[in-house]
Amino acid sequence: MAELKLPASEKTIRNLSVGDFVELSGRMITGRDEAHKWLIEEQRDEVVPYLKDSVIYHCGPVVGENEDGSYDFVAAGPTTSIREEPYQADVICRYGLRGVIGKGGMGAKTLDGLARCGAVYLHAVGGAAQVLARAIPRVEKVFMLEEFGVPEALWVIQVEHFPVMVTMDSHGGSLHDEVEERSQAKLKELLGQGT
Amino acid sequence: MSATESYTETFVELIRRASTELPADVLEALQEGRAGEEGGGLACIALDTVLTNVDMAREDSAPICQDTGTPVAWIHYPVGVSTRRLKEDFGAAVREATSRRYLRPNAVNTLTGANTGTGAGRGIPFLHFEEWDEPRIEVRMILKGGGSENVGAQYKLPDGRLGAGRDLEGVRRAVLDAVFQAQGKGCAPGVLGICIGGDRVSAFEETKRQLLRPLKDTNPARELAELEERLLAEGNELGIGPMGFGGKTTLLAVKIGVLDRLPACYFVTVSYMCWADRKAAVSIDEGGEVQWLS
Repeated sequence: MAELKLPASEKTIRNLSVGDFVELSGRMITGRDEAHKWLIEEQRDEVVPYLKDSVIYHCGPVVGENEDGSYDFVAAGPTTSIREEPYQADVICRYGLRGVIGKGGMGAKTLDGLARCGAVYLHAVGGAAQVLARAIPRVEKVFMLEEFGVPEALWVIQVEHFPVMVTMDSHGGSLHDEVEERSQAKLKELLGQGT
Repeated sequence: MSATESYTETFVELIRRASTELPADVLEALQEGRAGEEGGGLACIALDTVLTNVDMAREDSAPICQDTGTPVAWIHYPVGVSTRRLKEDFGAAVREATSRRYLRPNAVNTLTGANTGTGAGRGIPFLHFEEWDEPRIEVRMILKGGGSENVGAQYKLPDGRLGAGRDLEGVRRAVLDAVFQAQGKGCAPGVLGICIGGDRVSAFEETKRQLLRPLKDTNPARELAELEERLLAEGNELGIGPMGFGGKTTLLAVKIGVLDRLPACYFVTVSYMCWADRKAAVSIDEGGEVQWLS
């Protein structure tokens, strides 16, 4: 297992391949459906420092608010990434992201964006909300909390040893495409449809 | 069950249990899945993470998954109990469980996009009521996450693409296609709740009700028991694996129910429940005595 510090350089990211298991440490930001639409409709300069050379985490956390006004992540696993397929490649290239964390993988447009702009898709274990929340010791800041609500807001977080698998790399590799192809061949066999 | 008694606190505890304590039958199925995966590949890492996560959630009384889903409950009640009050109490329990962070604020106004902030909203929670002869109230609930809800499917037979006619072989073909289409996106390994027949509404309700069954039970209808077993084996042969990383554990169980249908309609309806198969049940007797059911 490799350590990956955030922010990360393009060179570091291009060294990663499908099947690698890495632990992330450093600063990242959450963002899901509302956030991706928001990031694409206009250039959002205020979040650029949190996106550039870092990663965006598709996550709608359960959040606790402390008496001093700070926040803690109570439960924080990944949400399904494919919903961001229309936006993701453009968000990566426009804001200089080096990676996306989510679950379920993404499509051809994103895979192309990863290759073009030097980024990877990192799969967190879906539903592992406690394991992943413990790897998020600190919440630094939040954008659009009032407007989007807790799950959809953009949370700036510090992570330590946050476990993820590379399932789409910057060289056109996709574990999701491989598994889909193999399972399709098996399905045809089970249905007696041949290939 | 006096006229003034509130069930809210019992329902909050029911929701806490559902959100934070994975049932024993699901845990056992996950452990069996882990034992069946080989090497130290991504499938093993995924299942190890899942099992660690289940322990942590129970220890900390914190949500297993941050998507705490839609609370769906089936409530049996004796003659004379007010279903309107049960509904009010359950709604109050959802709001309280949300403020205690057992649930995420999970209800969004579809037109404005604003989160209600309380966990409750129009159609959330979703409650089914049925009067029965027993002198006690029984509530069985699930928390149904959104990722797995998105990979549910409804097929209309015959289906030319799948070569699926209006018989159990056609049902088999439709279900295998649904498992393939879902890949790992519903947080595999999953549990399938299936309904053959019904209309578009009643069928989906029946698929969710099937999810209440213990994973290791046997369908009383022999042909359905055989089909459940076959679909479980063949679904796993697809090799999609935990999280869609590839592997042997794609499904934990398949449960099939049947409703009668219109002559013109033959639906095969599939609900996919993620590995975080959260369910809990409680019985409340005449004296207000609470018994937790598995």
